[in-house]
Amino acid sequence: MDPHVLKSLNAAKRAREAAVIVTDLNDGRDRMVRAGDHVAGELGEAIGKALKSGKSGIAEAEGREFFLNVHVPPARMVIIGAVHISQALAPMARMAGFDVTVIDPRTAFATPERFEDSDLVADWPEDVLKDRPLDYFTALVAVTHDPKIDDYPLISALKTGCFYVGALGSRKTHGRRVERLKEAGLSEQTIGRIAAPIGLPIGAASPAEIAVSVLAQVIEALRTRDLPVRDADEGAAA
Amino acid sequence: MSLSEQADIRDPLMIAEGWMNEGRDLAIATVVETWGSAPRPTGSHLVIDAEGNFEGSVSGGCVEGAVIAEAIEVIESGKPRMLEFGVADETAWRVGLSCGGKIRVYLERLG
Repeated sequence: MDPHVLKSLNAAKRAREAAVIVTDLNDGRDRMVRAGDHVAGELGEAIGKALKSGKSGIAEAEGREFFLNVHVPPARMVIIGAVHISQALAPMARMAGFDVTVIDPRTAFATPERFEDSDLVADWPEDVLKDRPLDYFTALVAVTHDPKIDDYPLISALKTGCFYVGALGSRKTHGRRVERLKEAGLSEQTIGRIAAPIGLPIGAASPAEIAVSVLAQVIEALRTRDLPVRDADEGAAA
Repeated sequence: MSLSEQADIRDPLMIAEGWMNEGRDLAIATVVETWGSAPRPTGSHLVIDAEGNFEGSVSGGCVEGAVIAEAIEVIESGKPRMLEFGVADETAWRVGLSCGGKIRVYLERLG
């Protein structure tokens, strides 16, 4: 491997950017292709497919054998609301490999005692997300069912294209939420991306059980997703 | 330390960059193809230095020893190799995968 390729790949990983290392298995030459870079011909098509699926593998192109190693950022979970469900969900999600952040401006809820070992921020989501923006590789889980707290991060997650957006609340609560998001200018189709009622239907009752159903739904979204491939004329959508 | 920093530390390619900056010669092994039940997915890395120190994995510990031995030769020659491992044959004491899968590992020198 070319040392420059290694350095660029690690830099892309630190910046949470998706990239593919393309190695020509005939002569060992390699290079890095970022999501959105244009590569012509058969090889370009294969790279696009690999990025979309997130799967590494061998590709035959132009009569040569290439290995395409896809590197996508580790998934993050941002939980809005330091509530009882979050106390179970945060450690479970960490165990499943997610980088977890809990955000809640209500300092009575967001206490270090209630969230030991968690990355907890006692501040308004609009302030926190300014410094730590959401991205495609993030799951947004909103569980306060308080519009003052949940709505901003939900809108932001839908606009960013987070791979999962879920919101807690009864059908009635969600109905009112849909109306507010429409007024905020979001299309019905976009709003339809919100998982509500949140979680897989396993009859979960306790906070820990609801956390399991939410985590299972997030993992389903993560493992069955299509990665966005940036088009040259679409701009910075990824 | 944040969780992403911890992930950084476990990432074999991040470790490889650190070793490179220390001036160590090293090889990178990559799982490029798997058949059947393979312990590590395609794209997994093992990095090895000239003294045989290693980080990461290409199997669940079944064939790492053999890859490390070959890596030392690859570091010397600079010529990449393709290694194949199949089912372990206990009677012949051959290195292999006890799970019954088959893997192809591409082994190359860094730089």
